[in-house]
Amino acid sequence: MTQRKSSGKRSSTAVGVEEDDSIFTQPTTSQVQKGMEKLTKAQIDEKTTELVQYILMKDQKKIPIKRADIVKNVLKEYKNVFQEIMNRAQQRFEQVFGFKLVEIDAKNHVYILINKLEPVEGSEMISGNPKTGLLFVILSLVYMKGGVVPEGLVWNTLKKMKVDPGERHPEFGDVKKLVTDEFVRQRYLEYTKVPHTEPVKYVFTWGQRAEVEVSKIKILEFLGELHSQDPQHWSQQYKDASSQWSSRAPQPSTSSQRCGLVRSPEPPLGLGPPPRSGAEETRQPLTHLAIVVVEEHTG
Amino acid sequence: MVLGEGHQRFIQTMMIRGIVNEQEAKTLHQHCCEVHKEHYVADKLEEFIQVVNSKLEALNMQIRTRASEDNGMTCYALVNTANNELTRMSSDYADNELELFRRTMDLIMSSDDSTASSTDILNMADSLQTRKLTKSAAECLLKRMVSDNWLVEKQGDYSLSTRCVMDMEPYIRTMYDEEQVKVCAVCHCLAFKYQICANPLCTVKIHNPCAEKYFKKKAVQRCPGCSELWPNKVRAECRQSLSQRQR
Ligand SMILES: [Zn+2]
Ligand SMILES: [Zn+2]
Repeated sequence: MTQRKSSGKRSSTAVGVEEDDSIFTQPTTSQVQKGMEKLTKAQIDEKTTELVQYILMKDQKKIPIKRADIVKNVLKEYKNVFQEIMNRAQQRFEQVFGFKLVEIDAKNHVYILINKLEPVEGSEMISGNPKTGLLFVILSLVYMKGGVVPEGLVWNTLKKMKVDPGERHPEFGDVKKLVTDEFVRQRYLEYTKVPHTEPVKYVFTWGQRAEVEVSKIKILEFLGELHSQDPQHWSQQYKDASSQWSSRAPQPSTSSQRCGLVRSPEPPLGLGPPPRSGAEETRQPLTHLAIVVVEEHTG
Repeated sequence: MVLGEGHQRFIQTMMIRGIVNEQEAKTLHQHCCEVHKEHYVADKLEEFIQVVNSKLEALNMQIRTRASEDNGMTCYALVNTANNELTRMSSDYADNELELFRRTMDLIMSSDDSTASSTDILNMADSLQTRKLTKSAAECLLKRMVSDNWLVEKQGDYSLSTRCVMDMEPYIRTMYDEEQVKVCAVCHCLAFKYQICANPLCTVKIHNPCAEKYFKKKAVQRCPGCSELWPNKVRAECRQSLSQRQR
């Protein structure tokens, strides 16, 4: 082993503090106020930076972030000013990165980052993630089937697009593991055992991240465009999607343009110009599956 | 000041890519401006990045440029500016995997040619303090680190990738001794692939592409440190590495 220099020279000089003094003056509990008073601006900025880095790091793997872990790994003795530092981190995410920090589980205080920027097409230099397309198709299937789908139906549908859960797929690897483990850990899907079944049966539902991050209207628009009909024709689903919309977005007109589907720089299924229903043979397999989903549901 | 969405998209993409070459950076710049209908000036990439950095720097991040040590091409990477070690890697690797990486870095830093042989690396796998790795797990790990663009492999020898050097520069400068941290006499950046002065008492090192540029204008090639005649043979090596472009 080589000897290393003792690290040290860590200074905490105040950097870039021009905004948000409002946090100090906002009415808070006396305890929090006392906590904030004791800290210098530089200390608070340093903690905020650490928190931003920590959340970005967790988010790269799409791991939902627990409040308890933030306190344990980052805030430590600053835990009494948790909310203040979270607010500051939130501000940085929105102003610098175009992300929004969202609490997806208010009981256990679990957070994820969602993308405020609309996914766009034409970023051909950015290699899109094909997994996102697969995920979107499964979410569509679950949604169109009323929210719960037995796993057999998912596997059969995937087989129709030549994605066999029993075989290794060149792009997805172990498909079954991807769907039932990775997507579940990322909270896009829930994979639940049906009680009292022999042999044991499982069903898929939307996970918490999908509820927050994936716009149901986008799914309907996409599926609707495939059949050249207005999404309003699926009245029940549309109402459901609209209520999800209004409950999450206070200003529907601006946020409707921003509601990115999934946190990916490329649109999961190419949501731009929809494929025409007549051009069956030129369709991408994933798009084709989406048509199968609609046809099975509406036909 | 709040960053425009074009700048935000640029940052997001850099977070996914880690490192891009000059042409990719230019394309991305144009793409981000056009998508968000922001003012786009073709040769203002540097100014665009300055704006991005003005916000990132307060968060200990930065988009940094550097010439590749192999071919002199400019690269752009999103890097950490704090020297808290290996931050960007710690989300993707377990503790024992990071330990093996750290010890691989130790080998690379103390070797003369800035490489570590796969045999030497694999031999450390079962003496890790955190938790042993089997030989096959360590082999997989090395493959992963190459595909994640932290290490470069050439005929069984591993070296640090350009991205890794850019991201870890503060860490490397803090953690290693002066004789281990080699710096190019022309561009003053860290040097891993370089030419050395023929004078055994002189410590001057120069990157291959930097040497090519520096000596091109000179009638007689002399060391910028001690004025000894600079050996010529390495120019051939330099050309060779130009043809074996790494990412
Ligand atoms: Zn140099
Ligand atoms: Zn010399």
